[in-house]
Amino acid sequence: MDIHEYQAKDILSNFGVDIAPGALSYSPEQAAYRARELGGEKWVVKAQVHAGGRGKAGGVKVCSSDHEIHEACESMFGRKLVTHQTGPQGKGIYRVYVESAVSIAREIYLGLVLDRSTQRVMIVASGEGGMEIEDISMEKPDSIVRSTVEPAVGLQDFQAREIAFDLGIDDSMVPQMVRSLRGCYRAFRDLDATMVEVNPLVITHDNRIIALDAKMTFDDNALFRHPQISELRDKSQEDPRESRAADRGLSYVGLEGNIGCIVNGAGLAMATMDTIKLAGGEPANFLDIGGGATPERVAKAFRLVLSDENVQAILVNIFAGINRCDWVAEGVVAALKEVEVDVPVIVRLAGTNVEEGQRILAQSGLPIIRASTLMEAAERAVGAWKNDLKLGANARALK
Amino acid sequence: MSIFLDRNTPVIVQGITGKMARFHAKDMIDYGTNVVGGVVPGKKGQKVEGVPVFNTVKEAVDQTSAEASLVFVPPPFAADSIMEAADAGIHYCVCITDGIPAQDMIRVKRYMRRYPKDKRMVLTGPNCAGTISPGKALLGIMPGHIYLEGNVGIVGRSGTLGYEAAAQLKELGLGVSTSVGIGGDPINGSSFKDILERFENDDQTEVIAMIGEIGGPQEAEAADYIREHVTKPVVAYVAGLTAPKGRTMGHAGAIISAFGESASEKVEILSSAGVNVAENPAVIGSTIASVMQ
Repeated sequence: MDIHEYQAKDILSNFGVDIAPGALSYSPEQAAYRARELGGEKWVVKAQVHAGGRGKAGGVKVCSSDHEIHEACESMFGRKLVTHQTGPQGKGIYRVYVESAVSIAREIYLGLVLDRSTQRVMIVASGEGGMEIEDISMEKPDSIVRSTVEPAVGLQDFQAREIAFDLGIDDSMVPQMVRSLRGCYRAFRDLDATMVEVNPLVITHDNRIIALDAKMTFDDNALFRHPQISELRDKSQEDPRESRAADRGLSYVGLEGNIGCIVNGAGLAMATMDTIKLAGGEPANFLDIGGGATPERVAKAFRLVLSDENVQAILVNIFAGINRCDWVAEGVVAALKEVEVDVPVIVRLAGTNVEEGQRILAQSGLPIIRASTLMEAAERAVGAWKNDLKLGANARALK
Repeated sequence: MSIFLDRNTPVIVQGITGKMARFHAKDMIDYGTNVVGGVVPGKKGQKVEGVPVFNTVKEAVDQTSAEASLVFVPPPFAADSIMEAADAGIHYCVCITDGIPAQDMIRVKRYMRRYPKDKRMVLTGPNCAGTISPGKALLGIMPGHIYLEGNVGIVGRSGTLGYEAAAQLKELGLGVSTSVGIGGDPINGSSFKDILERFENDDQTEVIAMIGEIGGPQEAEAADYIREHVTKPVVAYVAGLTAPKGRTMGHAGAIISAFGESASEKVEILSSAGVNVAENPAVIGSTIASVMQ
């Protein structure tokens, strides 16, 4: 789960990481008021969306008057911010953060991640702050400092000092840097984060170390023990279909294609998408309905997939192991009778009692296109979608 | 010989009184697995499917000489259960549980290193379908009847995609020596490399099938290992060619977040190590058959 910059900064500051004074606003008037409260002569207005690359996309503006704050806010509120991380549909701006501007002497990149090779928390830092880490690793790989944390004892001071010296931080500021690193690590560990990114961490002209931006991602599997983090969830930043799916215990990722997929198992779901592509189509979604494939789940899955108006055919691919194909077939038939489906449905069942499952589908009287292999299913789905494109256009227009 | 399990391996089920655990314990017993007990704190004295329940794994090991364990415990308690098994002297543990916090697994991995390598428990999973040595024993939730006994060693991250491969093999009259699920989580007990090493040294296994997916470095590590150490033919399939970057595809570990983690990059890395890569999931079985001739 992602959270906003202002929320991440609030968390990090509670762990001893210094931040610039700032305040959240829901309207241009409130933003201007907040700026006056903060005092000073220069502020930064920052769109709060769950994505990086906001600066280049116009989501961060430096202002030095009421008027400029109003203008900056008008250009943000209610708009969709499109950055290289949001996809073409962008993310809605409903909150802005107003922060006192600081005078930057130096920018540092700081990231904490779960490193899957060492299976430990890894700290990644670079003196090339402000750039994306992908770009740093392409253009200045030698500037990157890495340190892995021994999980039994946590981050040690000497490790933090090593990082600080490697980054060439002035001796007098090393203790401050150690405090910031330890704070980030403790926030990561105590709150079950999977990523903490402070980019940039800045050194100001008056020798302070400040987290000027902050991003935190949390482990969904650990939210049960952090209710205060779960409360920070902002559904306006999620794909509505994906949040609806998550609320129903289904794992769904919306994509750009036209062939909807309903599959049991994540690996098989990806494999099904790949096969559709190989057959000349484009998958509309990833959807794993879980090992079970109960009739209720299948019905929920049909409703979810159909809520994407780009879907022009649906491919159901279920490998029934413990649950037999006849039971899954009955579920599919029940779901199709309950949910109004106006696109071709292709069903491929495999596993236990597959013949009986096929028979139930065939005798249901429903216009189900059956397939026995995954490749055949994908080809039929693509064929049905193309046919439907030709024949269906008129029918749809008449509706 | 198969790897990890044989007909006689005494097995316990941690969390055996739960509905799903009970169901699968019965399935494992029906398959012929030597299930000797279960562990649920506070439920000592009960019997499930004819086997006794103990309060602690230590007690179960003392009373039954259990060597392997299946962890079927809810996510908040699963890491604790795995560590309990490691401490009680269990040799091989399969964790089925999906949804264990990643940092819990980091602690589990660190904890297991307390024991010298020859006494260290081997863990596969979490978030996997388990391990089966067809005709011998089943430690997991896979449907036993889709596997023929034979000479193909299967290792994969996904459950149902592994079934798909086994079913394709059965259709072709080919069997499996052992199928091991390493699970879909980012921090797992054993990697592809760990299992490849076992298959390389297993005389029943002639061909190794590796079923990977997007995310993480373990397919690439396996490719390095195959290049240097594996003499048996390896067939691979990698799921997720159409998966977008930065999105979690069902499995917590199936997310492309770094170089070399996409399906096409993994296919390239594996191909360059001499692995026969199946282009699509429908030809996993036939690709394996082609290298067996």
